[in-house]
Amino acid sequence: MVGDRHVRAIAPRRIAAMDFDPLLLARLQFAFTIAFHIVFPSFTIGLSAYIATLSAMAWIGGGGHYRRIGEFWTRIFAVSFGMGVVSGVVLSYQLGTNWSRFSAATGNIIGPLAGYEVLSAFFLEASFLAILLFGGNRVPRWLHVMSAVIVAIGTAISAFWILSANSWMHTPAGHEMRGGVAYPLDWWAIVFNPSFPYRLAHMLNASYLTAGFVVLAVGARYLLAGRHVEEARTMLRMAIGLLAVLAPLQILLGDLHGLNTLKHQPTKIAAMEAHWDGSKPGDFHIFAWPDEKAEANRFAISIPRGSSLILTHDPNGLFPGLKDVPPQDRPPLIPVFFAFRIMLAIGFFMAPAALYGVYLWYRGRLFTTRWYLHAMAHSWWIGFVAVIAGWIVTESGRQPWIVQGTMRTADATSPVVGEAIAFTFALFIAVYGIVFSAGIYFINRLIARGPEPSEPGERGPRLGSALAGLGDAARSLAGRSS
Amino acid sequence: MTAEWLLPLIWAGIIGAAVALYVILDGFDLGVGMLFPFAKDDRERSQMMASIAPFWDGNETWLVMGGAGLLVAFPLAYAILMPALYLPVIVMLLALVFRGVAFEFRELGARKSLWSAVFAGGSAVAALSQGVILAGMIQGIRVENGAFAGGALDWATPFALLCALGVPCGYALLGATWLVMKTDGPVAERARTQAKPLLVAVLLFVAAVSLWTPFAFPRIAERWFSLPNILYLWPVPLLTALTALVAWRALVRGRSATPFACSIGLFLLGYLGLVISSFPYLVPPSLTIWDTAAAPTSQSFMLIGTLVLLPVILAYTAYVYWVFRGRIGPGESYH
Repeated sequence: MVGDRHVRAIAPRRIAAMDFDPLLLARLQFAFTIAFHIVFPSFTIGLSAYIATLSAMAWIGGGGHYRRIGEFWTRIFAVSFGMGVVSGVVLSYQLGTNWSRFSAATGNIIGPLAGYEVLSAFFLEASFLAILLFGGNRVPRWLHVMSAVIVAIGTAISAFWILSANSWMHTPAGHEMRGGVAYPLDWWAIVFNPSFPYRLAHMLNASYLTAGFVVLAVGARYLLAGRHVEEARTMLRMAIGLLAVLAPLQILLGDLHGLNTLKHQPTKIAAMEAHWDGSKPGDFHIFAWPDEKAEANRFAISIPRGSSLILTHDPNGLFPGLKDVPPQDRPPLIPVFFAFRIMLAIGFFMAPAALYGVYLWYRGRLFTTRWYLHAMAHSWWIGFVAVIAGWIVTESGRQPWIVQGTMRTADATSPVVGEAIAFTFALFIAVYGIVFSAGIYFINRLIARGPEPSEPGERGPRLGSALAGLGDAARSLAGRSS
Repeated sequence: MTAEWLLPLIWAGIIGAAVALYVILDGFDLGVGMLFPFAKDDRERSQMMASIAPFWDGNETWLVMGGAGLLVAFPLAYAILMPALYLPVIVMLLALVFRGVAFEFRELGARKSLWSAVFAGGSAVAALSQGVILAGMIQGIRVENGAFAGGALDWATPFALLCALGVPCGYALLGATWLVMKTDGPVAERARTQAKPLLVAVLLFVAAVSLWTPFAFPRIAERWFSLPNILYLWPVPLLTALTALVAWRALVRGRSATPFACSIGLFLLGYLGLVISSFPYLVPPSLTIWDTAAAPTSQSFMLIGTLVLLPVILAYTAYVYWVFRGRIGPGESYH
């Protein structure tokens, strides 16, 4: 790799000693704003695809309930997308406010990738979202459906460029370093850098899973309450069908992504596995407390040679350990190790949960197995937590580098005093806290209100409408209708 | 004529155009937000909001384009300006967060007046911060060894205060004339009444900035008043005065689209004046567009895509404006 050494960016200015550590504050603030932001795209990328599917189904004559479900989720989408947009605008400037030396050193590479995101996706989403939200009675039906599709494609294109830029920071390629500045040599190699295809597939799939589990949870909630039964069943069927394919696929994609990381960022893998000694096969620790000072794990409950088996497909296989690099080149172990376990646990919950849903569906009990519906109704949040945990793994796992092997995070900061960062950090927490609480409140209200009731005389879906009607009637009689 | 010379010039043009578009487009919707407190009731405010709801997201994207464009084409300028203008930039972003979410929250919530206040306040603070940022870019930034070398409050000057009041005033004028054009009934009538004092105030601010900058910054005085520059540049203030006159008459005579068009004209002339004052410096007084330019390969890689995508973006942006053409009547809202 070209420039595989520690390079200082444009003449760093000496910052006087002070009480507030600008590096730590800049990192905390950025972690906070980016973790807040990722919640929304990871939901809206998946949800926009769902809305596009529903619009198309309604358009080709699938029945009025597809239109009502689509309109229902579009209202929730509008709130989430708005929060995603505003928190994303913040990030496009925070690269400069928090990481100006990183911007100066890598602007030649990161700049065009971010620029292509704005030009190819951001404008597209913003413009066609307006037609999707407000243009229902102003444009032809086909264009309204197309707008939903374009918004969905736009969100995926956004992810493409942003993840390309992010992946380049993990596996930089196609450039050379001159005087501490990265110069592009081969754009194809830069855009399709080694970790990009894996990260893109893993993240896009995570977005579809996140949205899928929210739809599943809302459908289950309605069924349990006996409300919007027709819509709830459709939500459940569509969600289960999608999740049964994507949740197992995610485990495979995660594995491939992990193997790619082992090849390019072995220290990150060592941190994820808390694997100290590279000369011995690695155990898989179900639980442990990695002790960075003692360079050992405490309280470990392990599957002997489990990690070696997963990572090398050989119980005696060797892979690099943490002790292979000096302590100052190791990532912080606690967040990486535990976030990885949280992500893993959720992944291994998602796949069997979805497959069991298919089994219930096949046996005709999907809508009546109440314990399953209860469990799913309470699982709306798991996708979000898995996404954030995954990002903690990959970003903390890259530390102490901001660009792997090329530029250290400590050399990337802006010449901004700690007090200013502390002040704006407090503002961010206050503003995002208010906005996030209000957003969750409004989304909950929209969910509580549910899809519009069907109009009398409207042709229902071809299957199951009579049954659903019976079910509704029975529940009303039983006095369970809310 | 080398690529190293030409590419930064082309990019300065593209980013300059993006910033101008941003100022005009988000300017009118921020302006509508600032006029919120003067509406009679929530029904009127809903009508005002409906006139901008389909457009604000696209409008704000030009701000992202400006930021990303700066990072693409002039990464060094981006890396100096952001830390130098750290506080106003962050405050602007947070204000935009508040007003952005207020669009949806106001429609959904029971407490409309709360989110109306958030929307108005967010719009005003965003506009005010942009005034400070503008001032920062005119008055200059301390740079040593290619990095910002000043303090966190360097931007806080009397001139920044002038701009912090002037920019919101200008946006309010854009917003008022937008409402004249895009709404019907009492909202439009009130906006017409508001536009007149706003127009006068904007002219006063333009005059104040035009007098202040050459006195305070010799490089600007030299740019405007040295020969032969003054021979080419004297039409700029004249055109400004003429545009203002046309705007005033259009307001008095009850024209609907002319006042908005003239407000845009005033903004473009003011913008042109600032470009004349600063060019080719991107980080005055030390760094030009060529000093801060990205590698030619980066600029040309991005230029290819821009030349293809920008016309497409302009086309569908125009299409969205066309789809949502016509006036919003009293009591109308999109939701």
